[in-house]
Amino acid sequence: MSKITINIDGKEVETQEGEYILNAARANDIFIPAICYLTRCSPTLACRICLVEADGKQVYACNAKSKDGMEITTSTENIEKERRAIMEVYDVNHPLQCGVCDQSGECELQNYTLEMGVDSQSYAVKDVDRSDIDWGHLHYNPGLCIVCERCVTACKDMIGDNSLKTVPRGADALEAEYKENMPKDAYAMWNKLNKSLIGLTSGEEMLDCTSCGECAAVCPVGALVDTHYIYKTNAWECKQIPATCGHCSAGCQISYDVKHTSIENTEDKIYRVMNEWNYVSLCGAGRYGFDYENRVESKDKDAFAKAIEAFKKADTIEFTSTITNEEAFILQSLKEKLGVKLVNSEAKAFQTFLNNYSEISGTRLYGNDLEATHDANFVISVGTALKSDNPNARYALNNSMKVNKGAGLYFHPVKDPIIEGLGKSIMTVYHAPLQEEAALYLVLDLFGDKEKLPSDVTDYLASFHSEKTITVTETIKEEVVEIVKVMKKNEETGEEEEVEEEKKKMVPKKIEKEVVVDDNKLLEILGADDNFMEDLDKNLKKKDSFALMAGPDLYTHPNSKNLARLLGLIEKYSDIKITMIPTLTNSLGVALICDLDDTKGSYSVGYNTKADFTLSALGDGDLDMPAINQQEGTLTSVNKRVNPTNAALSYKGYTLNDIANELGLKAVNTIDYTALLPVASGFKAQDFDSLPNHYDNDGTEHRGYLLDNVKVKASSDESVEKFSDAKMQGTLIYMANPVRQFTEFTYKTTNLDEVSGIYMSEEFLSKSDLNEGDSVRVKSENGELVVNIVSDNKISGDVALLPTFDSKINSEALFSSYRFATASIEKV
Amino acid sequence: MNNEQLNDRNVSDGYFLVDIEDYPTDGWGKFKRVIKRTFRGELFVGLWVVLREMIRFDTHTIKYPEEKMPIGPRYRAVHEMKRLWESDAERCIGCGLCEKICISNCIRIDTRLDENSRKEVSEYTINLGRCIFCGYCAEVCPELAITHGGEYENASDQREHFVDYAGMLTPLDKMKAGTQVEFEGFGAITPHEDERVKKTPLAY
Repeated sequence: MSKITINIDGKEVETQEGEYILNAARANDIFIPAICYLTRCSPTLACRICLVEADGKQVYACNAKSKDGMEITTSTENIEKERRAIMEVYDVNHPLQCGVCDQSGECELQNYTLEMGVDSQSYAVKDVDRSDIDWGHLHYNPGLCIVCERCVTACKDMIGDNSLKTVPRGADALEAEYKENMPKDAYAMWNKLNKSLIGLTSGEEMLDCTSCGECAAVCPVGALVDTHYIYKTNAWECKQIPATCGHCSAGCQISYDVKHTSIENTEDKIYRVMNEWNYVSLCGAGRYGFDYENRVESKDKDAFAKAIEAFKKADTIEFTSTITNEEAFILQSLKEKLGVKLVNSEAKAFQTFLNNYSEISGTRLYGNDLEATHDANFVISVGTALKSDNPNARYALNNSMKVNKGAGLYFHPVKDPIIEGLGKSIMTVYHAPLQEEAALYLVLDLFGDKEKLPSDVTDYLASFHSEKTITVTETIKEEVVEIVKVMKKNEETGEEEEVEEEKKKMVPKKIEKEVVVDDNKLLEILGADDNFMEDLDKNLKKKDSFALMAGPDLYTHPNSKNLARLLGLIEKYSDIKITMIPTLTNSLGVALICDLDDTKGSYSVGYNTKADFTLSALGDGDLDMPAINQQEGTLTSVNKRVNPTNAALSYKGYTLNDIANELGLKAVNTIDYTALLPVASGFKAQDFDSLPNHYDNDGTEHRGYLLDNVKVKASSDESVEKFSDAKMQGTLIYMANPVRQFTEFTYKTTNLDEVSGIYMSEEFLSKSDLNEGDSVRVKSENGELVVNIVSDNKISGDVALLPTFDSKINSEALFSSYRFATASIEKV
Repeated sequence: MNNEQLNDRNVSDGYFLVDIEDYPTDGWGKFKRVIKRTFRGELFVGLWVVLREMIRFDTHTIKYPEEKMPIGPRYRAVHEMKRLWESDAERCIGCGLCEKICISNCIRIDTRLDENSRKEVSEYTINLGRCIFCGYCAEVCPELAITHGGEYENASDQREHFVDYAGMLTPLDKMKAGTQVEFEGFGAITPHEDERVKKTPLAY
């Protein structure tokens, strides 16, 4: 893409060749009204209000691409007429209930009605019954709906659930006279609007999707509202606290809407979470899981004294990665000061994996991020239950397929109808557990530069290939000569007579042919479809940017070192750019800041994890700690960005910093440590207060800073091990959470109502004698536990899922470290 | 987004102590204070004014509280919440505009979704200690629900004497008797309002 200059309203604007006019204008602070367009999605063309004149021709700014030297006028007399008519049409039969509407104050219909100066109405049509519909976590009021289809577009192009669609409205046709009298585009838009409303794709009564609530967020009017938010407060009463979501490693920018709880209780409460939906899309946990704060009445001096004592006594600090970078830094400082061990198995695994990877790649971190994955057009996912490990990674995969006409390749042992539902161009390979290496070898085989790859790797890859002869049926077109008799006028005699004529005709014919084809054994090992290669060839057409997302299955794999090295080879010797999804919120930050140990000692202090003395932000420990929505600090995201988050709610108890101060460190606030984060790992010496947290109009992200991808010495040894064909026999269990649940923090919130238990697909249950709600004993070689069965239609196949978000179910006890295990499941 | 307010970590809520001289604590200081207050000349000035007016017998003062001045219909005293004439239901729809416009920030409103899926005002308070009776709330109210009333006797042992929703609503017996009085001041419908309204075409 090349830089070009276009002229909008007399202003020279520099933009990319092929960029939509609307985006070019927005990036340069030129206002073009638009309702239905969502920045990262494909144009919907429902509202038609973004009409502009380009080189003397009326076009829609949201789907007209800019060409060098284009002259654009955003407003002409005719366009103004159209816009005013469009807004009048939107106001036809729109209930005048702004006083009670939840969108009032941030409603685009209100804004544009005023912007276009609509003070009278010229159009009318008979209204139909448009009563409220309860869709579960969402509430749809068709009466308020302007059918801009933003919800449908977001669900399809960004989220990938495809849960919403337009349904017939059943209204009377518009009066014929409008067709002649009305502005052309306004009539066309109204004609379409008057025929449709929004409905569920499934045809069911209740919404059954991954419940991200993005549709309600993008709704310009009050038609789609989060059920929990209805009539709770007004938009303008809340204070927006810019923050970073603390649930997973995506580090989405959110803002907490905070107001006093009620007239009696003046303590602040979070009413909802909002996002800049043009630039960041949330998942259900981010949007609805906001009330996980740890309310503490006062400083508990006794518990604090005990905590200090415990720290002095302890030889180990155990913790999880749901902490800020600053807290991780405090823990590391305590380690240096007190000589304790730091134990965090999940971050340790990730750290080791990164180190093994850098030995080959020569960089401290992986090369890609999810933002770039959005812009790729061929995305591969290996070793992660994408939809629940990191919903934003799924959005990146879906978005790249839908908007960049891309394709995807998904390797995972658990069958996933949600991933399959993303579209036609997603290819799924459900391999056996432990075969992730084979998947990476296949990626190397398909995409690696064979000439540059180490020779033993190329040889090894070649060993899987053989030639085989297969019989294919081909349809060819054959020329057939037919002799037909036609009546023709004899020119000499002038009489009609029968003449024989030769006629050539192409006839399709099926023939069987024997061909020699390449047989790749890796495909067989992975259990790929027979026509995998054909599909892949089709999907690889016109693809030029490749991305791979690797996930937590790889970090805990028994042979994780080899996997890390394979990823290093892929990054180095192919066009594929790699993103690694950190296991928990701040696993990447912890891995970069802390020097972690493998085993714990005799007495340990736990932070958010049970130990001899427990500090907990969940409220169940010996000393309370603030949860992430009560803290300021930074979190390191999968995008290698250090994002600042602010405290939405006050916290009256002690913090880790208080303990550290008591133990000899010195800082007034926790965020004093932000500037001290290790520069050697890629952090920057920047004060917390100088970190921005916003997006520009052109989508440029100004949030914290990007980590430097520090160069490390690459090892000259690029050898990788061959993979073993070790298999797991028996019933498989997989340690993964349902969508919208990540940790105990998400489980604690009121709006996320997932039931905990062992998740089995409907297919699994129908094949066995087990039923939903049955209590079963799950026994593996590492341990056993008794749980209830939950039927989950978001998975299929015969792997059962054990979650980690409920502390009552100690799933970890059943697994060695790898996320898969074999187990027996029996009714009790 | 501007983070300035978030970067101010002074948690004292913006309150500060006014510089007032401390009361004397020792005996001598207290004694001096008594003497100073007792023999201050102002006392006799006041006594003289009272005596002078008493002798004149020509007073314009209304003998409050036995006598009271009539209040103008647009007077802005303690707020009232009006009911609908048709149904006796509350006029307030809980839009929260009064809460927003209130310049002394003394109105708070709690709303919720009621059983009939309508927005319900669960509680509504005005902190009269802060209210400056400017009338903006009555003016902004789209439903003529909150108005000012004529009740100006709001002396209380506590300045921040709250008025609650139930207390502000027109009593039902008054509605039955049809004696609810429409407020004529801020926010009231002006004469000839109908002529100014642009009508919307309806297809049915």
